[in-house]
This record gives sequence, C-alpha cells and structure tokens, in this order.
Amino acid sequence: MPKKLVVVGNGMAPGRALERLFESAPDAYDVTIFNAEPRTNYDRILLSPVLSGEKTYEEIVIHGDAWYDQNGVTLLKGKKVVAIDREAKTVTAQDGTTADYDKLLIATGSVPFIIPVPGKDLAGVLTYRDLDDVNAMLIAAERGGSAVVVGGGLLGLEAAAGLKARGMDVTVLHLMPTLMERQLDAAAGGLLKRALEDRGIKVITKANTKEILAAHDSQGSTRVRSVVLDDGTEIPADIVVMAVGIRPNAAIAKDAGLETGRGILVDDHMRTSDPDILAVGECVEFNGNVYGLVAPLYEQANIVAGELADSGGAGFVDKALATKLKVTGVDLFSAGDFADGEDREEIVLRDATRGVYKRLVLKDDRVIGAVMFGDTADSGWFFQLIKDGTDISEFRDTLIFGPAYAGGDLADPTAAVAALPDDAEICGCNGVCKGRIVTAISEKGLTSVDDVRAHTKASASCGTCSGLVEQLLALSLGDAYDPSAVQPMCGCTDLGHAEVRRLIVAKELKSIPELMQELEWKSSGGCAKCRPALNYYMLATWPGEYVDDNQSRFINERVHANIQKDGTYSVVPRMWGGITNSRELRAIADVADKFEIPTVKCTGGQRIDLLGVKKDDLPAVWADLNDAGLVSGHAYGKALRTVKTCVGTDWCRFGTQDSTGLGVRIEKFMWGSWTPAKVKMAVSGCPRNCAEATCKDVGVVCVESGYEIHFAGAAGIDIKGTEVLCHVKSEGEALEVIVALVQLYREQGHYLERIYKWAKRVGFESIEAAVVTDLERRKALFDAFVYSQKFSQSDPWSERARGVKDAHEFAPLADLTRLEAAE
Amino acid sequence: MTMMDNVWIDVGALEDIPRQGARLVKTPMGCVALFRTATDDVFALDDRCPHQGGPLSQGIVHGKAVTCPLHNWVINLETGLAQGADEGEVRTFPVRVEGGRILIEASRFGSNKDAA
Repeated sequence: MPKKLVVVGNGMAPGRALERLFESAPDAYDVTIFNAEPRTNYDRILLSPVLSGEKTYEEIVIHGDAWYDQNGVTLLKGKKVVAIDREAKTVTAQDGTTADYDKLLIATGSVPFIIPVPGKDLAGVLTYRDLDDVNAMLIAAERGGSAVVVGGGLLGLEAAAGLKARGMDVTVLHLMPTLMERQLDAAAGGLLKRALEDRGIKVITKANTKEILAAHDSQGSTRVRSVVLDDGTEIPADIVVMAVGIRPNAAIAKDAGLETGRGILVDDHMRTSDPDILAVGECVEFNGNVYGLVAPLYEQANIVAGELADSGGAGFVDKALATKLKVTGVDLFSAGDFADGEDREEIVLRDATRGVYKRLVLKDDRVIGAVMFGDTADSGWFFQLIKDGTDISEFRDTLIFGPAYAGGDLADPTAAVAALPDDAEICGCNGVCKGRIVTAISEKGLTSVDDVRAHTKASASCGTCSGLVEQLLALSLGDAYDPSAVQPMCGCTDLGHAEVRRLIVAKELKSIPELMQELEWKSSGGCAKCRPALNYYMLATWPGEYVDDNQSRFINERVHANIQKDGTYSVVPRMWGGITNSRELRAIADVADKFEIPTVKCTGGQRIDLLGVKKDDLPAVWADLNDAGLVSGHAYGKALRTVKTCVGTDWCRFGTQDSTGLGVRIEKFMWGSWTPAKVKMAVSGCPRNCAEATCKDVGVVCVESGYEIHFAGAAGIDIKGTEVLCHVKSEGEALEVIVALVQLYREQGHYLERIYKWAKRVGFESIEAAVVTDLERRKALFDAFVYSQKFSQSDPWSERARGVKDAHEFAPLADLTRLEAAE
Repeated sequence: MTMMDNVWIDVGALEDIPRQGARLVKTPMGCVALFRTATDDVFALDDRCPHQGGPLSQGIVHGKAVTCPLHNWVINLETGLAQGADEGEVRTFPVRVEGGRILIEASRFGSNKDAA
C-alpha cells in the first residue's frame, strides 16, 4: 500500500518536486495537497506580464486540474493549513479538514514584508505576491489615478511597470540610493532609473516612508490617500503597493516545534529537524541563506523528489544566481558577485548613445560576476562562464564582446532559430519558410530585413515575424549583420524617414525632384514606397506652397475611393459624428439602385460603405451624393477618418457631456487634413465608453468634470489601450489639445506610422510637454494646423464630380472595341 | 489583311496621359494599359497583374516599372516581367510615339479580326 504524502502549499517548488517524484516513483505515495489559494499551480514569475497585460492567467498555469486527476493527487483548494500534529502525524486546515501523513512536505513559501508605518492596514494598501494581489491591482488600475510602489527591487519595479502599462500614474519609493542595489551596481542602477523615468515612472531614491494617510469617502469608509516621507514630501496615492521584500513563511513549522531561524532550517537534502518532514522553497533556510529566485528552488525540488523516492543523490549547494527584470523594453541582467575587491579585476564596456553598460568582475582568471544593461543578448553565455568557473585567460581580450568573438557556442541567442528545420514557416501571412529565407540571404547577398522582405515577402504583411527574420540574418551573416543601422526609407536611399524629414526642413526642399537631386536619390524617379511618403512630407511641411503630386499617391488617394480585389471601388460618404438622416439615407439608397451597387454595408466607423462601384461611375455617384449634401469620408486616405460618438447628453441617461456635438465639432474642424497614417477618433459621453474611445488614435472620454483626452490606442494588428494625455474642463480646450496633438504627429510622424507607434518612438512625455504643458507650443501647433486646413478643406468628390479635376482618371483613352467591330 | 501585318492605330495624344501615370484602351481582348514614364517613354501592357489580376493602370509608375495597387507586385514595363521575388509575366504590345501622338500595334487585339 502506498504511503501518504501530504504537501502544504502548492507553489512552483512543490509542483516541480511532485513532477519529478511522479517521473521516478509514480506509485510510491498517495498525495494530498493543501493549497491556501483557491486554484491550481501557476507560474508566479509570470505574474508581472499578467499585471502589465502581456499575458493572461490561463497562459501562466503550470498544472491544470487534469494534471492532478491524472496523477491521482487530491488537491484541496482554498484550504489553509493552520496546525501540524507531529505526534499524531496529521495536519489540520482552517475549516477543520484534517489529513494523516507518513511524509509531510512543507512548502508554505514566503510572506511579503510590510513596513510598520501608521496607515499600513488601510484599504488600498496592497502587496505583490499572488494572483489575488494582481487582481486587486488590476481593479484599482481600472479606476486610474496614482499608485505608489514602496520598494525599488525586482518585484517593486515590475509592479510599477505593470501599473504604468495599465494607465496609472506611478511613483516608486526606494530607501537606498540606487535601484535594485542587491543585483546592480550604481552605474546600472542609474541607467535603470533613467529608463524607468523615460517610461513615465517617477522614481524617488533615499525615500524613507513615514506614514500612509487616509481619505474618508461618502460611505464613511477610509482608504489610502497619500504617502508621506520623512522629509515631509506627500505623494498622492489611490493605491500603495508594498514590495520591500519577503520573508520565509515558517509560522506553522515553528508552532509545530520544528527548528527555525529566519526560515525552516533544512539540511542539504531538505530534511527538517523531524525526519518525516521535508521543506522546500522560499520557506526554507539553508546554511544561513533564504531563497527567492526560481533556479535554486527548482534545484531544491529535484532533491526533495529524490529524497521522497529514496533514490539518494547529491545534496543542495549554493550557486551563483542570475536576475533578469521582466519589464518589456528594459534589458537588464545581473549574476554572481560584483562587489569591488582588492583581489578582483573588472572589464567595463559603456556605449552611452545606445544606453549599453556591461561590467564583468574577474577573480583568478574567472568571471565571478556580471552586470548588463541595455544589451543582454550574451547574458546566458556569461552566466554559464560564472557557473562553470571557466578559465577565460585565453580570450580575455575579447571577453566583453561576448561569445561571437570568443569561439564559444553556448547559449547562442539565435540557437532556437538555428534549430528550426528548413521547412519551418517563418512568415505565416505569405507562407515563407526558413529555407527560402536563408537561401535568399546567401544567394542574393541580402543584408537587411527590408532586403529579405523585398526578395521573399517574409515579414512584408503584418510584420510580426520581423524578429525571426532578423535572427535568420544574424545567423546567416554573423557579425556582418548590423541591426542597429538606420532602416532606409526604401532602396532608393540610405536615409531613414527621420533624416529625410529633418533635411526637408533644414535644406528647404520644396519638391520631390529637388529632394531627390539634393539628397542623392539612387533611382531616377523614386519608387512606390518613397514617393507617397515624400509627397506627404512635402504637403505637411510646406502647406500652400507645395503642389500635391497626384502621381505619387496610392490609387485610393488619387481617385478618392478604395480599390477592391476585383478592381471596383468602394465609396464612403462622411457622416459627421455618425449622425445621418432620412434624406441622406434616401440619397444613398437611390445611388445604390441607380448604379446597381451590389453591397451596402455599415463600417466600423459609423457610416455606410457602398461596395463594388465601377471606376467610370465614380464621378456620377459622387455628383448624386453631393446633391444630397454628402461629401467624401476620406475612408481611403492617410487622413482623418471618422469621429465615432455616442449619443451623450442628447439622449443618454448616463451622458455627462454633449459627446455627439463635440465629435461633430472635431470632425468638421479636422476633416480633409492629410496625416502620416490614418487617424481614427471617438468621443464617449461617459466612462461606460460606448464609442470605444480608448482604443482609438485619439479619443475623448467625457466625465462630469470635463473631458479626458486619450491617445495612442490601437485595435488592428496590435491591440493597445490608449494613454491618458490630459484632462480639460471645456470643449474648446479639448479641441485645441486634440488639434495640437494631431499637428505634432503630422510634423513628426513617419509615413504609415500610426499615432501609437509615433508616440512610442518619440516618447509620451515629449508629446505631453508639447501639447499639454507648454501652452505657447500648443497654440503654435494649433495655428499651424488651422493654416494648413485652408488648403485642404475642399471636398475632393465635388471637384471631380463636376469634371474640373482629373477627368482623365475616369475615362479610357480610347475605345477600340467599336473600331474592331466596324472592320 | 494577314496576321503578319502591322496595324498601327492612333489612340490619343501623349499629353492625354499624365507623366508617371496610365490610361486605358479598351479592346475586344480586354483592357490594355498605356503607361507614360517621367521621361515620356510609353509602354502598353495588359491591364492585369499576373498575381491576382489587379489593374496595373491604377498603380504607381516609377522608373520603367509599375507597382500593382493590390499587393505591390512590381512589373517591368519594358519586358512585362515581375521583379524581385515574384514570378509572372504580363503581355506587352508594341507602341510608338510620333509627333505627340500615340500609336499602338493592334494586330493582336481581335482574334476574330481575320474572319471579319
């Protein structure tokens, strides 16, 4: 008969221990797990991506319910063990459930350390340990407002980045002079601080929290209001996250009379002072050390499995640990011991422009510590050198440059791609496999992602495989591949978009031929990629001076309709703010009948799409629509598309402002303007947000006190909630901010770069500074937009319907069908 | 008239096509696109991209090539061949410009012409 194993706790360490146990001795035990959390085992390391929205809970589950079933494990969810009776060999949970054991495994993990300041128990003071904490933070983040994170260590910074990603205004308070001082040296700590500040997170170091103050709401309950530092600084806070550290949760072990120090004392085989009780994970103390990173905990788990299966094996030893911060876009790595010392040497590489810092600490020709910031691609290799104690004297000269120079092949970042078979699909959109890309790179001498795109179509559509293509380039070309080189606009030039825009202004280039001459274009007349971009840059830079070059526009903008797969066109009249009436609808119906338009469809932008219009019919269709007062909706353009609205105070019982009126006002003010890429807007009358303003390029959410202005949302290939730009009190001010924002985008955006990508590239803070903080700049941007509108607010349909413009577009040059018939 | 004869038909003035643009000529065989380059060269090709039949006349003309408006295939106007990674060919027709008039060789336009 199998022995009874009871496990207290269901985190990653006991989960791994059971996995290993079932592999080596599947029938040795009847296993019962008591889990204080009401769920199965999940990957705690990935809570940060869940908080930031990059992953869902389902994606981080390690063992689902089925795993427990398959292995015959009784999982008691939501049952917290409160007592261990070592005499009777039983454990008892809070609700009275008891279980007998032959062997007991304690894996109670750790508890967050709460700094003992007044106000620490207020509602709104949270910790960051488990999914419940994450859920509590997500609920708080939905309401927006300010968050203060106490603690600038790994956990605190990940919480801060997550809350920031969820739209909160975040301040990190850190007691020490530099962030993550246990893992980083001062230089890397400083770079990290700057990187976080660039992302809009405020960081205060040497910040000693004195107390947390309360606010009283209308129901009489109290919540956190602000955090006060010992120097008197008061920082407003809707939530406070305590992330100053963890301590082993050894309480029940101690109550049961087991030997404890900071944690439950174990030997190198994870045995406690009671031979029938083992302990594993963050709750244990070994050799005076406690552990919080996953690598040593998994190591302990393997030893526990061996111990339970009586298979012996080597004991636990302390090893060098590596740390990576899981904040998207911040590359940081540290491992080993990097303190200065008499007997130590160091190798440092700094590249201020790229924001790269690498420092290796050497002792006796061996790497004992490594800190990297900005470029951590080689961190796996360095960590291996530390763990193996490799003698590096042979390649010390090139050591800092990584394995590419040292002949090492460990932990090559492109190893995963290298291992793919040739028929593995890299680009799903265009069905391009690895073999074809690699062949093209070698046969045609390709050196950039753009080259690969041009020759194989890989990454030419949605672009999500660009990273894989880059890795294939790196793999094929080795050092010859330089991904940081500026991406040229197209094959006609080596200049990137930013440089071209700058030179247009600096050299006062006012026509495309002049630009191509001056900037030494490599082709005689450009290509289909650069010409539309240049035409836009000219239009946006020299309003009223530059003459639009129709032949440099994509067909849709040339004929003011959207080309369809069969060569017919679709026509979308403007419906201001989504408002229409019976007269307009009747005109649309009549047009559909008269021109036998096969499909009439509602668009996502609250207007009507007439699909399948023959090109020759376009002028006549427009003439009829114009007669009913309908004008071009620019549904075909890199231009202002729609301003979606809800019915606001006109009709809605929840409406706080006249959202429809504001939407119409914005659309009437801004229609006709050309932009780097399409611009979609929306105005919602209350935070219920029926107009879905928070995934638009620019959105307004009306509230009782005024207008929240949002921007940089996306709902296409990428899905992204907006950032809040500011809150204003009047419609007029809202319009001014939005116009200034779009004008700034018109001046800085790269062609085809949507607002969210532009904002990410130039930084949200620089945009906020230009259109919110600096009122003079805002006014200047507003005026520039108004000036340019003088030249673009005329209905392109009516010009063409009357045959004044581009008549050649809509009629054949000659008709030889009748001629032939006459012969 | 035999199939070997060249039939040059005046289809319009050079100025009727915008530079770096195209116009259509309707024929019994379907539409033929006439392209005018920045240097006033004129080319005649079937108005059908070999990829998915996109109307090449609606594309952007650059150098001696046109980019199809549907999926950005680039077609060489002189040879009718797809460029880059794409493979395909568009039928081309002889065309010449004389005294500002565009003449197109039309013997291949009507398969029923000999019978007529």
